[in-house]
Amino acid sequence: MNAAPLMEAERPLLAVSGLGKAFGARRACDDVSFDLYAGEVLGVVGESGSGKTTLLRCLSGDLTPDTGTVLYGPNGNGPGLDVHALPEGRRRLLMRTEWGYVHQNPRDGLRMGVSAGANIGERPMAVGARHYGHIRAQAADWLARVEIENDRLDDRPVTFSGGMQQRLQLARVLVNGPRLVFMDEPTGGLDVSVQARLLDLLRDLVTRLGLAAVIVTHDLAVARLLAHRLMVMKDGRAVEHGLTDQVLDDPHHPYTQLLVSSVLQA
Amino acid sequence: MTQHDSGVTFGYLDEQTKRMIRRAVLKAVAIPGYQVPFAGREMPLPYGWGTGGIQVTASIIGPDDVLKVIDQGADDTTNAVSIRRFFRRVTGVRTTEHTTEATLIQTRHRIPETPLGPDQILIYQVPIPEPLRFMEARETETRRMHALADYGVMHVKLYEDISQYGRIAKAYDYPVMVNGRYVMAPSPIPKFDNPKMHDAPFLQLFGAGREKRIYAVPPHTSVVSLDFEDHPFEVQSWDRVCDLCGADDSYLDEVVTDDAGGRLFVCSDSDYCAGRRAAGHEGPAAASAAGAALSETMTAVSREADGEGTP
Amino acid sequence: MILPDDVMIQAGGLTKTFVLHTQGGTAIPVFRDITLTVRAGEVVALHGPSGAGKSTLLRTLVANYRPDAGHVMVRHGGDWVDMVTAPPRHVLAVRRHTMAHVSQFLRVIPRVPTLDVVAEPLIALGEERTAARARAGALLARLNIPERLWSLAPATFSGGEQQRVNVARGFVSARPILLLDEPTASLDRANRDIVVDLIREARDDGAAVVGIFHDAEVRAAVGARLFTLERRETAA
Repeated sequence: MNAAPLMEAERPLLAVSGLGKAFGARRACDDVSFDLYAGEVLGVVGESGSGKTTLLRCLSGDLTPDTGTVLYGPNGNGPGLDVHALPEGRRRLLMRTEWGYVHQNPRDGLRMGVSAGANIGERPMAVGARHYGHIRAQAADWLARVEIENDRLDDRPVTFSGGMQQRLQLARVLVNGPRLVFMDEPTGGLDVSVQARLLDLLRDLVTRLGLAAVIVTHDLAVARLLAHRLMVMKDGRAVEHGLTDQVLDDPHHPYTQLLVSSVLQA
Repeated sequence: MTQHDSGVTFGYLDEQTKRMIRRAVLKAVAIPGYQVPFAGREMPLPYGWGTGGIQVTASIIGPDDVLKVIDQGADDTTNAVSIRRFFRRVTGVRTTEHTTEATLIQTRHRIPETPLGPDQILIYQVPIPEPLRFMEARETETRRMHALADYGVMHVKLYEDISQYGRIAKAYDYPVMVNGRYVMAPSPIPKFDNPKMHDAPFLQLFGAGREKRIYAVPPHTSVVSLDFEDHPFEVQSWDRVCDLCGADDSYLDEVVTDDAGGRLFVCSDSDYCAGRRAAGHEGPAAASAAGAALSETMTAVSREADGEGTP
Repeated sequence: MILPDDVMIQAGGLTKTFVLHTQGGTAIPVFRDITLTVRAGEVVALHGPSGAGKSTLLRTLVANYRPDAGHVMVRHGGDWVDMVTAPPRHVLAVRRHTMAHVSQFLRVIPRVPTLDVVAEPLIALGEERTAARARAGALLARLNIPERLWSLAPATFSGGEQQRVNVARGFVSARPILLLDEPTASLDRANRDIVVDLIREARDDGAAVVGIFHDAEVRAAVGARLFTLERRETAA
């Protein structure tokens, strides 16, 4: 079997440098830098208050950092888009075309008052889809892809279980083929059995779609299964960063060692 | 504009207020479909009775204007009668029920059937000016959505209608895109009237008293009702004509005529209907007892209303 | 780098010490300055007493562990990749296309059926799902995993069954480098012989194999060259 050549000249999809954000005297995010390449999944792990969510919100443009830049290079040419210098309209457009954001609580990412189909159809409609039949067919297809029965297409998400809501949120975000998805504890509020199913689905979708993703989680098992790379955060700083299994199996930083050794074995 | 008489300012509002509202109106005309906030005043009517429309009318009315006020298409309902009487009292201007005679028409729920011309201004009373409100409760967010033309949710609502009812269920206050830029609530007119707003030769002003917003559609502005390619916008239609005047192009109201289930379908635009009847048009029930009675009642009420409060 | 055409792995100067920060910074040196060259078509058996660092070396070759010093050059298609310094996406590309690692434990998502667990490396290479499953099934059958188990997740399987699933996952796509950590440890004789056959076939097809085989019979059967690691005392 021929190996694909390694493209040394390839450019990152996202280039983050020197990102910092303080809330008063507390530095929630301090001098964080990394590159993310197309198809790569970066896990950001750390305990509550370590700055993971602040980092995610700075990356996605939801928060403006005090220092540093986030460059998004959609075409691989030129310097890329400076995410925080973009007008808000452009950033919103980005967030409903090439980017996506998956919230920990599906209620934050779904419209609870409209049907599953309308939820999935929103992104296509927001960027100009105007054929009801096509929008509905696409929504039905995505409902199936996230393993929800087709007869739930016209039901509101309030009637769904937590796991189904989270899968619906995925469909809503992935429907128009984003290239980069931000996920904040995507399996956080779910029962363990439901979590396993979602993880499997997520992994499958990420692989099939070739998505790049930044996934914030405090759960190292989730990080191991989903992420290619890990960044360990403590007090706003990235204390260790590397290949996922390397960071988890051969942690070097004292904090990472503590984190890994603190995981309960079932 | 001159002072009408001592004690009462012409048009009820003081000059400062009128100037402020006119500025808002000018801004609204300059940015078609954009909701301009204004410092609404307390009016001697409760909210929901047309206080927004009244303030706009009061700010632009002049001594030579001829005012018509309609409510649900009719000149003879309580709301229309009160507002008409109010303006006669505070301005002394002539009022009319004839669409063609009016220079200003304040309306609730209808656009007259008789086409308006460039010398006429239509002023809508608006209860809920924000078309995005039903999907987004936060005012800060709806303003941002307008600013960014971020209107995906409008079609979410229409999608939802079709998925639940098989068609777009919204029959009135049907959202429109104005001048290709702002999504606008046309006030609770039936969607039957939406096409009349498009490329209209007359100025359209909208006043929302409770929410203190003014917006406008200047003459010859594009006003497009939102829809889907495979579910295009359609107006209501009837498989019958007006029982009194025989009109087949007008918006019909259903009127119960007795306790035995008797019903008539008649023009909601009372002036239009009366005009046609005066010109000799007859509907299928014009000669019936119920039809004659209804016709008689409408004329009587109208005469009464017009007579009331005449200086 | 100029190396003979059949060299697949060239490791040099590898030194590894574990520092346990949670235990007062205790340093555990594992090996020092190791040089290892592995060619296509040969089987190298890492040899030495327990604690000599055989597994650690194997894991260092696949970049699961990070050495303190040294390099691990791996022939990846037409490129040479240093597994110690390559960025994660290059290491992952090497693992996907070039280097399989069969560890002692199977680590997979809880509910994924066995057949998909085994087919996954093929699917990751872009192989069509049905074809990948067919090849996975054939290999599982050869390893005596009954078909009625294929639709179940391997978590509930016996140790021997799990090990064979793990071996199948490692061998399902013909990668040019195989790293095997006790692949026959908990297998009965019949199944052990099947795994030995798989290793020999891979070797004869030109794979470079590095393994830890506690069983002398297995080492002999696969014609392994021994690479001996000495046990090191814990440094002060």
